[in-house]
Amino acid sequence: MSIPDTTLASAKALVAPVLDDTSRAQIRAERMSAFVRYTLLITVGFLMLYPLLWLVGASFKTNSEIFGSIGFIPQEPTLDGYRKGWETSTPYTFGRFFWNTFLIILPKTIFTAISCALVAYGFARFEFPYKKLLFASLIATLLLPNVVTRIPQYILFRDLGWLDTYLPLWVPSAFAGDAFFVFMLVQFLRAIPRDMEEAARVDGANSLQTLIYIVVPMLMPALISVALFQFMWTMNDFLGPLIYLSSVQSFPVSLALKLSIDTTEAFDWNRILAMSVLALLPALIVFFMAQRYFIEGISTGGVKG
Amino acid sequence: MARLQIRNLEKTYTNTFKAVHGINLDVADGEFMVLVGPSGCAKSTTLRMIAGLESISGGEVVIGDRVVNRLQPGERGIAMVFQNYALYPHMKVRKNLSFGLRLQRAPKAEIERKTAEVARILEIEPLLDRLPKELSGGQAQRVALGRALIKQPEVFLFDEPLSNLDAKLRASMRVRITDLHKRLKDQGMSSTVIYVTHDQTEAMTMGDRICVMKDGHIMQVADPKTLYDRPANAFVAGFIGSPEMNLIAGRLDGNSFHLGAQSLVLPDELMARLRANSGSVTLGIRPQHLRVNTADGLRAVVAGAEFMGHEVVLHLDVEGERVVAVLPAADYADLDRGTTVTLTPDPGQAHVFDQSGGNISLSTSQ
Repeated sequence: MSIPDTTLASAKALVAPVLDDTSRAQIRAERMSAFVRYTLLITVGFLMLYPLLWLVGASFKTNSEIFGSIGFIPQEPTLDGYRKGWETSTPYTFGRFFWNTFLIILPKTIFTAISCALVAYGFARFEFPYKKLLFASLIATLLLPNVVTRIPQYILFRDLGWLDTYLPLWVPSAFAGDAFFVFMLVQFLRAIPRDMEEAARVDGANSLQTLIYIVVPMLMPALISVALFQFMWTMNDFLGPLIYLSSVQSFPVSLALKLSIDTTEAFDWNRILAMSVLALLPALIVFFMAQRYFIEGISTGGVKG
Repeated sequence: MARLQIRNLEKTYTNTFKAVHGINLDVADGEFMVLVGPSGCAKSTTLRMIAGLESISGGEVVIGDRVVNRLQPGERGIAMVFQNYALYPHMKVRKNLSFGLRLQRAPKAEIERKTAEVARILEIEPLLDRLPKELSGGQAQRVALGRALIKQPEVFLFDEPLSNLDAKLRASMRVRITDLHKRLKDQGMSSTVIYVTHDQTEAMTMGDRICVMKDGHIMQVADPKTLYDRPANAFVAGFIGSPEMNLIAGRLDGNSFHLGAQSLVLPDELMARLRANSGSVTLGIRPQHLRVNTADGLRAVVAGAEFMGHEVVLHLDVEGERVVAVLPAADYADLDRGTTVTLTPDPGQAHVFDQSGGNISLSTSQ
């Protein structure tokens, strides 16, 4: 049956105003609520970001302007802070300190990834005497405040003659000293089915070959997270280097920043802030580069079966 | 040559649970042996002990003439196909196939030749450069099969390889695996197979011989026909065949079988086979071997009927016991619920089991 066009048209004319009114009201309400929501989010977001924005802005200000105004946009932008800050008040430039940080971070991150993967593999896949007790004590070290072990550890490293070297910073990570990472990898491994490893054993792989060729590739997202965490924590670590390092030439960035406060009588805040901005960059760059894996690593407990 | 022997094999878990109770099995070279049983019967545990993935608590596994108890899985001359394929997710199909050879540091040319050959046999050439996640279930299982084949093992182990596939694919993979086995055998290559499944259709269609297991014991080892026609005990009788064999508990007295108020005169042929003629027994008759509406026999009430096209599955009630009969649809499709019929077993097809489940109606002459 066909409806004449005229009938349809008149029906539409009757219905349209009613529809329009309600839908318009609906759209208005939606816009209003979106406006409120976004205003709130932007305000809170801005408040959270303000210190960082101020930091970046202030690094381009002169020392006197920093204390003169609250705004974060510099009135007379200058690179003075960066230029002089980089020079530092020591015989070394900041480049040296960045290099030192790198020298600490690289071995530490690599050692952590290797040692934690080995230990986690052991706990997750093998049966051995006192396994439960050992795993419990590993977890217990997680709960132990760092302060408690600091002095015995210092004395141990002093007696080994490792003070003022990077060894106290590297060596604990080479022995899976970071229980948190081991725990994280164990949890991740438990979610991966064992079939692939069994298939590898039938294919003739020994435990170590299974770890290297089969487990590690499957564990990659988690290992990248471990490396990232370790990178950022080491980058930000202040206390470790402070305790064990005494010569300025081996200071990492975190100590060098404090150094600029110590040695000058009148603090050149713009220099400190400029170097702080630079100190933030590596972690930010690495994070954004590895973001995809990082999120995969901490959000998924495992791998598709 | 790869004969596989299992001698008094035992598995006890640390919590003192005994999963495998000293089983013995002898698999001839080139034989396709199926381990079948309900879940929890330790068939997979047995297979994993043969593979070396599970430790052996007692007894011996002998492959060829070597006791392999203490050897690593890779040294046992076995290859295994897993239920969920267990392909290495980060390696392309080509690398998955050649992983074992690469571990052995085989020459590159040989690896390439073997990979190509296996890919050709299993028709997976177009898939060689794909990752496992880009494969369908059937393709993945073929790759898993290829990974076993490329090793040219002495013994192939299959752990429920088809249970993740849909029914249609399963049927075609079944044919493919048996074909492959025949082809290897014809070429004179090692082709001993241990195949674990819980699916009796797979067991019956694929196995040269079938080993039926229950609770860590072997119930019977025989070829499919023997298993079907001459089950050693009530468990095997009930497990093999579809629909299940009717197992009716009653009392034997002379040549009649008593069930409640009714009695059934057993055929002379059956009486001749029986090793006892009194006591509590279980009468076993396959649904296909029941005759309906005979002159005399057990009275049964029709409780339901399933029309299957060429046949009809009748559910009958005999003195409170449920009995199933499979009959030609042409003659029996219109039996209504509540109709009373009489039942007798086909001569020569009934079994009698004693109280411990043993078949006491197996003539020794057969």
